[in-house]
Amino acid sequence: MALLEFDDVSVTYRSRGADIPAVRGVTLSVNAGESLGLAGESGCGKTTLTSTVLRMQPKSAKVTGEIRLNGDNILDMTWGQVRALRWAEASIVFQGAMHALNPVQKIGDQLSEPILLHSKVSKKDADRRVGELLEMVGLPARRAEAYPHQLSGGQKQRVMIAMALACGPQLIIADEPTTALDVMVQAQVLNVLQGLVKELNVGMVFISHDLSVLSSTCDRIAVMYAGKIIEQGPAADVFDHPQHPYAGALAGAFPRIGDTRYRYSPSGLPGDPPFPGDLPSGCTFHPRCPVAVDRCSTTEPHLVKHASHETACLLVGSEIA
Amino acid sequence: MTTYADVNLPSTPESQAAALEARDIVVTFRGRGGGGQARAVDGVDLRLGHGEIVALVGESGCGKTTLARTLLGLERPAEGTVLVDGEPLDYSSRALKAYRRRVQLVLQDPTGALNPRHTVYEAVAEGLRIHGLTDNENERVAEALSLAGLRPPERFFLRYPHELSGGQRQRVVIAGALVLKPDVIVADEPVSSLDASVRGEILALLLRLRDELGLSLLVVTHDLGLAWNIADRVAVMYLGRIVEQGPTEELLAAPKHPYTRALLSVVPEMGRVEQVVLAGEPPDPTRIPAGCRFHPRCPVVASGEAATLGILDQCTGKVLPLLPPTGAHSAACYLEPSADSLT
Repeated sequence: MALLEFDDVSVTYRSRGADIPAVRGVTLSVNAGESLGLAGESGCGKTTLTSTVLRMQPKSAKVTGEIRLNGDNILDMTWGQVRALRWAEASIVFQGAMHALNPVQKIGDQLSEPILLHSKVSKKDADRRVGELLEMVGLPARRAEAYPHQLSGGQKQRVMIAMALACGPQLIIADEPTTALDVMVQAQVLNVLQGLVKELNVGMVFISHDLSVLSSTCDRIAVMYAGKIIEQGPAADVFDHPQHPYAGALAGAFPRIGDTRYRYSPSGLPGDPPFPGDLPSGCTFHPRCPVAVDRCSTTEPHLVKHASHETACLLVGSEIA
Repeated sequence: MTTYADVNLPSTPESQAAALEARDIVVTFRGRGGGGQARAVDGVDLRLGHGEIVALVGESGCGKTTLARTLLGLERPAEGTVLVDGEPLDYSSRALKAYRRRVQLVLQDPTGALNPRHTVYEAVAEGLRIHGLTDNENERVAEALSLAGLRPPERFFLRYPHELSGGQRQRVVIAGALVLKPDVIVADEPVSSLDASVRGEILALLLRLRDELGLSLLVVTHDLGLAWNIADRVAVMYLGRIVEQGPTEELLAAPKHPYTRALLSVVPEMGRVEQVVLAGEPPDPTRIPAGCRFHPRCPVVASGEAATLGILDQCTGKVLPLLPPTGAHSAACYLEPSADSLT
């Protein structure tokens, strides 16, 4: 049994009297000690999908399918059970650490808050645990006395990771944890996250639009487009040999330095992702696809296993309708 | 009036005046709470030729944005000179206003740069109004929008920023810079807040502006992949100084400075090289280390290699000379045989 399983999960938002499908039938799993990268553009549904694990989606959202953490369906849980699960079993490292920390509270107090709420420990034990957590992410324990403005961006992001670890969860969801950090600090934060997955045997879902970051950090990558998984497979394979044209465009967006094909030739993907309330027919990617053929606009492709990947594209592998 | 179509300048040879040049620039800020003076830029020579794309690369806090602001006339250097077409920059307010028509700034976050209550038309026309260019406003705005890739431009006139995607917003910001027909654009992290798919599109636009309009472009970034994508030359900055500069192919294929090598090794797509992750962040510009300013974090010093080579005393005690702003690939490091003879 996997640690986290999404089984045919769909999320629909109700907006101005219309149903907006944000996530459409996603099946995915993450094991303990494994990291899964979830890639895609803004608005593709990656954050919506992962927010369902802690039932953080807005009230207007309708969720169907099953989301199982250690075999228990989160959608069947009572509110009290969900609250007990947050922090203690699964936690989130949010994007934008600078805005997520309280500017007028010391780092240590912010870190000990979930510990005191979720486990019956004394303030003194909680403080000791805070010191351990800070050291785990490569900060000296005495930084507990610092206020957020006394830390740099990378240090604040590491505090956010320490906070996510505070109650010893089995699953960590990291939502763009290194966006807005520069390369050296990003490397430090990524190394911390990678180390934690292996040492603490936790499962991680790592959300990013940067396939190069995911390929260097994760074991597997799943690429989302318009609410669906369109390709998944081992991380290096998806980055080096993407099969879906969209995954190819994402992988090509970050040049291999030294590769002359990218010199004076930045590659992007024209057009914008479709509005979830008005999706194109057939393959939702066909209007932007450089290799689309006629039947792409009429036939919706499904994920099909092909070599080490699963790809949802009519032109890849054996799916010929 | 010359239009963009008839300008097609080749890259200037070194003997000609550069579009924009920094000579021995020092920019200082007063330290907070009685702390020492921060030397954010501490002696920099940098040259941007006509029609050239230069990437200024470094970590947060290395002084690259301060240097860019100084080149734009937004900060006054404590020492040194900014040269525009070979002439020293005039800091009288009238001259600065004229200068700012010729040199435009594009910022990182297009959402923050645009007023949410102004339409695209108003955002682009604002520069024209400030500079009193009231004739043909409609046509000028339309031309700038289509140059920035928003076509047909009329369709975007009355849109508000929230109705646009991130990439379209950055195009509006670029159109606002282009509408004044500048010679130089300084772009500070132009793609770092954009989606992966949009990133390449915006970089291709910047490259096209150089090829078609002969614009010179200084791109301030921490993204070495961006430099590989579009820059002719790269200058790597560390704690207020340029530590390595040269043509992009040479510098990125065979970096000389241990700092550049470390930066390159942590680019995620370089997964196959051994990572050199430097601990900590760039030190405080109020307390610049003696000797080579990189020595406290330098892997060559830490591994003992510098001591074996007999250069450790120089690394920790002897100040390195400034790098020349152009020409062959060079690095300010005692590992380089030429470091002693640099002038």
